[in-house]
Amino acid sequence: MPILEVSNISKSFSDGYAVYDVSLTAERGEIVGLLGPSGCGKTTLLRLVAGLEQPDSGSISFDGVTLDGMAPKDRGFGLMFQDLALFPHMDVIGNVSFGLRMQHLAKDEVRQRVDDLLGVVDLTGYGHRKVHELSGGERQRVALARSLAPKPKLLMFDEPFGSLDRGLRESLQTEVRAILKEIGVTSIYVTHDRDEAFAMADSIVIMDKGSVVQAGTAQELFKAPRSELVARSLGLKNVMLGTVATPGVESPIGVFPIDDPALGNNVGARVLVLIDDRQVSIKQQGGSAEGPALEGIVDSIQFHGGESDLVIRIGEGKLSCLVRPGDVSMALAAGDSVSVVVPPHAVRLVLLDR
Amino acid sequence: MTARRLIIIGPLVYLTVFFLYPLGAILAKSLDADPFIGFGPFSRLLGDSYYLGRIWFTIWQATVSTMLTVAIGLPVAYLFAKHEFPGKTVLKAVSTVPFIMPTIVVAMGFIALAGPQGLLNSALMDIFSLDNPPIRITNTLTIIFLAHAFYNYSIIVRIVSTFWANLNPRLEESAAMLGARRFDTFIYVTLPLLLPAIVSSAVLAFAFAFTSFGVVLVLGGSQFATLEVATYELTAKLFRLELAGALAIIQMLFTYAFLLVYTRFQAGAAVRVDLVPREATSSHKRGTGQTLFLIAFVFGLLAMLSPLWALFERALSSGGGYSFTHFTGLFSNESGSYFYRSPVTVIWNSVRFAAATMAISLVVGTIVAYFLARPRRHGAGVLDALFMMPLGVSAVIMGFGFLIAFNRDPLDLRASWFILVIAHSLIAYPFVIRSVLPALRGMPVQLREAAAVLGASPTKTFLHIDLPILSRALLVGSTFAFAVSMGEFGASLLLVRPEFTTMPVAIFRLLSQPGAANIGQALAMSSILMVIVAAGFIAIERFRYKDMGGF
Repeated sequence: MPILEVSNISKSFSDGYAVYDVSLTAERGEIVGLLGPSGCGKTTLLRLVAGLEQPDSGSISFDGVTLDGMAPKDRGFGLMFQDLALFPHMDVIGNVSFGLRMQHLAKDEVRQRVDDLLGVVDLTGYGHRKVHELSGGERQRVALARSLAPKPKLLMFDEPFGSLDRGLRESLQTEVRAILKEIGVTSIYVTHDRDEAFAMADSIVIMDKGSVVQAGTAQELFKAPRSELVARSLGLKNVMLGTVATPGVESPIGVFPIDDPALGNNVGARVLVLIDDRQVSIKQQGGSAEGPALEGIVDSIQFHGGESDLVIRIGEGKLSCLVRPGDVSMALAAGDSVSVVVPPHAVRLVLLDR
Repeated sequence: MTARRLIIIGPLVYLTVFFLYPLGAILAKSLDADPFIGFGPFSRLLGDSYYLGRIWFTIWQATVSTMLTVAIGLPVAYLFAKHEFPGKTVLKAVSTVPFIMPTIVVAMGFIALAGPQGLLNSALMDIFSLDNPPIRITNTLTIIFLAHAFYNYSIIVRIVSTFWANLNPRLEESAAMLGARRFDTFIYVTLPLLLPAIVSSAVLAFAFAFTSFGVVLVLGGSQFATLEVATYELTAKLFRLELAGALAIIQMLFTYAFLLVYTRFQAGAAVRVDLVPREATSSHKRGTGQTLFLIAFVFGLLAMLSPLWALFERALSSGGGYSFTHFTGLFSNESGSYFYRSPVTVIWNSVRFAAATMAISLVVGTIVAYFLARPRRHGAGVLDALFMMPLGVSAVIMGFGFLIAFNRDPLDLRASWFILVIAHSLIAYPFVIRSVLPALRGMPVQLREAAAVLGASPTKTFLHIDLPILSRALLVGSTFAFAVSMGEFGASLLLVRPEFTTMPVAIFRLLSQPGAANIGQALAMSSILMVIVAAGFIAIERFRYKDMGGF
């Protein structure tokens, strides 16, 4: 039984729909990652759940209670903004204790809870620092402590680590996830970074142009992406559309055999052809025992430190191959003719609904 | 290079001769009654309960005026900052009208609205068939407070609304998410963040109320004399120049203290708070309740301008109907007064003095701005403060200083119209600096270099590059200078010769003579002055350089 239920909500602004007919659920204690490109409606969805915006249609309920028309302050939710919005005229204690003071808790109780929270986010002794004296990472921690202080029933994050450098971001992700799991607070985590979504979330909701395109755990999504867009959002390299035909699946780069009989019966059906770029091998000439060879021309090479991405133009499509250091293919240049061997276990075929 | 730097000598001489020297003369005058003890006039003033009372009265009337001003200004600032509605730009411009009006016009507006023969009283007497005017607030503190609030609330609106509009809305939303009610959010988050803007604008409003002259003189009568009015009376009526000098020094100390506080808070407002572009912060959604509220607000603003409407109405009404009697009456000198001058002469005086003031202010202000605009120029900070000093000296003190400084050769200027123009330009040129400086600092150096590389002489570069880019800022500065001169009252009253009578002085002279016809003519002259100044400012709103509210 999900604790948060968002049912068919839509919200439009003067320039069109920001969120259209979106439904999603979260289980108690679950961290839901909202993944999508900027401008896809993630932030608006968050603001709708928070009550900072009112939906045009649809409803949101939490723990069996409908939230329609309820003011943000009465929902008991927390929201950490992208720019954090720490109160610049207060010190760390002032910020963290704000929500507690709004509940008119006793002074001792407030002090105790603030001390505890500063310990949780590893900022003990920072209580009297001014906001402008803190580093980027310290500000994130203060914002987290401030959001956690009133014990929110649902905690929402709007790309809070977007402005940090990579190393700090990754260590904060691990740390914040550990804190959230320990407290057991239900959370929604908005990001446009799939690695961050995988690192933080228990389940992922992929959004595009104001709508949810697919939801599930990372494993479920990887196993059966429902569209080309989902597959690309997950970071898969070689995503192609194919059609089921009699000898095999026809794709822009060639025909691949079908080993699943259930799939073979759907002649004419559309399938996603996913090819693992790590298992493709490149030969200077001819085929091999591993599988049929595809003839192509090197399109571009990108070096990433040790490994390289080799993009090869084959037929009407392109195939990306991962080349490891020491491989002879490292010496190839754009324009060279090559043969590419795609072994059967490197190919995955996913039947599309329509 | 050195020659270019030497150009600052011109404005420095001007400032020394026409500002520092009179200031020194005031100081000397305040000390010279008893050269051995030195502080004679000061101890006389501070030992006299009347003058102590004036100091105390000046402070507390300014305090109450400021509180009223802030109380009116804040809600208006909120609406301008956080709401979008049709006609907002026009309304914003309209709400600034009182501030740019000459004090004498504002005072006349209040007489026209709430005076014994004012619009409100005659309407109420008609409706309820009363024999006596029911509203009696002329010569009371109430009307002074109201006039000060009317005059200054747009300072609060301008400064606070700009700041408020740029305040990050996530801060208030964060407070809401943390369980704060709207009231708590305002008290604990919004208000503390706005405080530097509120305090700095309130200090300005306080300084204006503190040095208020025209409003107090015309509306209050002598029992409500502020320091400014007391200085005027000591100079013009009692001829106790040493006491006037001491009083002027005391008032200047206060004013510079206020300006110091203002500068502190203004700097504080800039540093601490992260501001975001205003498109992101204002609300477009509106319920019916809010629409009604906005309509009420628009009517409220129009009602706030009612003294100005009333001024027109009263100027045109005579003997139960409407006519131009008061305007034509301006042409006759029935009482045979020595001070009488035809309205054509008076308007011509005002306009030509204003034109001359504009020219002097433009030259001085632009040269100083050029000098200050160079980054890290040695002593620029000190020079900036030095050239801003006249802002802290009230008009009456300026006039008084001129009277005692330029009364003997080689600088006997008492009989010249030039003395008026110089006094006006001292009040006006800081406005030119303040409008030209931001434009100058925003101008890329490469432009001038590119012109030089292309073979333009310095003069040609100035004419073809600098001038077109600065034209708007210069226009704003000159319009301000023009308006300051048109409305200047305190210094003119002390310095003017009958043949050089300006409009504000003529209005005051008419008002000081008994009879309804004279009041009617004062109203007529005030409405002409209002129209001339308003025309100048319609130009300013149209040619404004970005959204700089630098004053």
